[in-house]
Amino acid sequence: MAYVANAVGHNKKTSARRGRWTPYLLLMPGMFWLITFFLLPIIKLFDKATQSPGDNIGQFVQTWSFSNYWDSFWGAKAQFGRSFLFSFLATLLALLISYPLAYAIAFKSGKWKNTLLVLVVAPFYTSFILRTIAWEQILGNQGPVLGILRTLHLANSNTHITASSFAVVAGLTYNFLPFMTLPLYASLERIDPRVLEASGDLYANSWKTFFRVTFPLSSPGVLAGTLLTFIPAAGDYINADILGNPGTKMIGNVIDAHFFQTTDYPGAAALSIILMLTILILVLLYIRRFGTEELV
Amino acid sequence: MEKNNLSRRSVLGGALGIGALSLAGNLGELNLAHADNGTVRFANWSLYLDYNNKSKRYPTLDLFTKQTGIKTTYSEAVDDNDTFTAKVAPQLQLKKDIGYDIVVLTDWMDKRWIDSGFAQKYDSGSVPNQKNIVPFLQHPYFDPQRQYTSPWAGIIGGVAWNSKNHPKEIKTLDDLFAKENKGKIEVLSEMRDTIGLIMMWQGVDISKPFGEDKFMNAINKLQQLIKDGFIRQVKGQSYQQDLINGDAVAVIGWSGDINQLNLQNNTNIFKFNVPESGGTFSTDNMMVPVTAQNKSGAEKLINYYHDPVVAATVANYINYICPVVGAQQAMEKINPKAVTNPLIFPTDLMWSKLKTFRQLTAPEQRKFSTAFQKASGNA
Repeated sequence: MAYVANAVGHNKKTSARRGRWTPYLLLMPGMFWLITFFLLPIIKLFDKATQSPGDNIGQFVQTWSFSNYWDSFWGAKAQFGRSFLFSFLATLLALLISYPLAYAIAFKSGKWKNTLLVLVVAPFYTSFILRTIAWEQILGNQGPVLGILRTLHLANSNTHITASSFAVVAGLTYNFLPFMTLPLYASLERIDPRVLEASGDLYANSWKTFFRVTFPLSSPGVLAGTLLTFIPAAGDYINADILGNPGTKMIGNVIDAHFFQTTDYPGAAALSIILMLTILILVLLYIRRFGTEELV
Repeated sequence: MEKNNLSRRSVLGGALGIGALSLAGNLGELNLAHADNGTVRFANWSLYLDYNNKSKRYPTLDLFTKQTGIKTTYSEAVDDNDTFTAKVAPQLQLKKDIGYDIVVLTDWMDKRWIDSGFAQKYDSGSVPNQKNIVPFLQHPYFDPQRQYTSPWAGIIGGVAWNSKNHPKEIKTLDDLFAKENKGKIEVLSEMRDTIGLIMMWQGVDISKPFGEDKFMNAINKLQQLIKDGFIRQVKGQSYQQDLINGDAVAVIGWSGDINQLNLQNNTNIFKFNVPESGGTFSTDNMMVPVTAQNKSGAEKLINYYHDPVVAATVANYINYICPVVGAQQAMEKINPKAVTNPLIFPTDLMWSKLKTFRQLTAPEQRKFSTAFQKASGNA
């Protein structure tokens, strides 16, 4: 008996030893990826953020100037606030536009379902910048929107839509719409129709069914969609650059200018870190408050 | 300085340089693979070299290859002085090939390259055609003996407008910032042009050593004009689109852009003036980076472009100020209409109104450009 137990124990030990390393071996590719493409750049970013300019262009020396964080943040506080305000508005608008759309595709589209899904994704086949420039034309002085408004006498020749906060928020909403629609669709599509029928059987009218059954069941999609919209929108600078004016610049524009106009890499790095941490904290709070077990 | 982008390349370059930036990056990498001693790799601004739309070739480059046997690769890799420099500076610091044997940048940036040791001196006597450089540009502050740089083209910063939407001539900055133009004015994102014009409007000679207070006065003025809603955007080349479609009626812009706007739209409604208070003048210059793989080929190419006939051919296409003596005569055979165009061959009167922004020290550059970015809403 002892012999058998010993043999079993021995076997266990070797397999345990082998087993101890297997997960790490399997994790290697992922770890390698994370270290190379996430950890190293982040370390580099933190390193850069406390440096000061040297004698030559693009040359910096480490001086542990932690004041870079405060200075760059304080200088760009308006753009910071604006970024979060704009991306909040864009997320809200995208949700209001996407929900009926995703609902219709999931429940009412019948044989058109795939076609409609392709149409939602289709704009992705062209560049983000080109789409934004297209909106500059659409909302521009000779564009169709102002044309219609002028025909209806709702605008005169002095009315402009571009170069305004409205245009920036509209551009953000449009550009990130598919990020909202797809997760919403995914979670709506998964809802068991029998649950909705049951709600009807229990004398809930369609509104009540929607608010008590459909919407709660789609909340993972809402959560994922809002995150996927809010996070990139907060860091976006293309829309503010093309559709905005000097008073509508966002934090991305400031980081871009630090990098490419004033060659202030430390300031840009410090701002990037602050932006990253702010978004991280906001997202954590948000998930804590509204989080569900599963994301999509 | 961002250049015109209305041709086939408008799609790429018009994207406020962002698209062009990634494109430039790709081109740069591609060119690395091509580096061999028989090739000169030339980085320039978009729409800055004669181009044949049908054959999709650059005729003067082809002629150069035919004459010398030296092959060339041409990239429109530069879309902004700061952006381009910020991109290649780390490699230049490490003396690693940046993928180009000639780069064309604006004078003040040339100075920074020379001071940082990023540019190398021409071999003595290797660019004999430098004798053809117009007297005005023979001994510039950034390179008094022309040992590192050779002028490619001159650029005037002034006021421009669409005469269809703004029939009245704009002669001064007061005319530009008139009440009726409120909200329909755009200014350049190039600090030295926009601030330079405002400073001259305020009576400051930008070529003389002025103090920080004078500069900041102009920044305050700009900030006020933005705050009061006169200026709708501070931008690069894309102001041309807005001039066409009426989102902007008047701008602070570049001479050559307006020439090209008229040519490409087959019209003459776009007008350009040097303001009475004065216009800014700058030059884009060819430099050989310290990391060049084919220095002698690069020098031959630079020399070639100072030949009057070649220079006139280029000027006829790009419509910027031609820096070569004799090109005006050569132009008579190429395009008689361009001979008297003061934006290609400025008159003495025009020269007298032009000033070049004085050299800034590195700390000044940092401080001033940060202030300018702040006024533009970017910081």
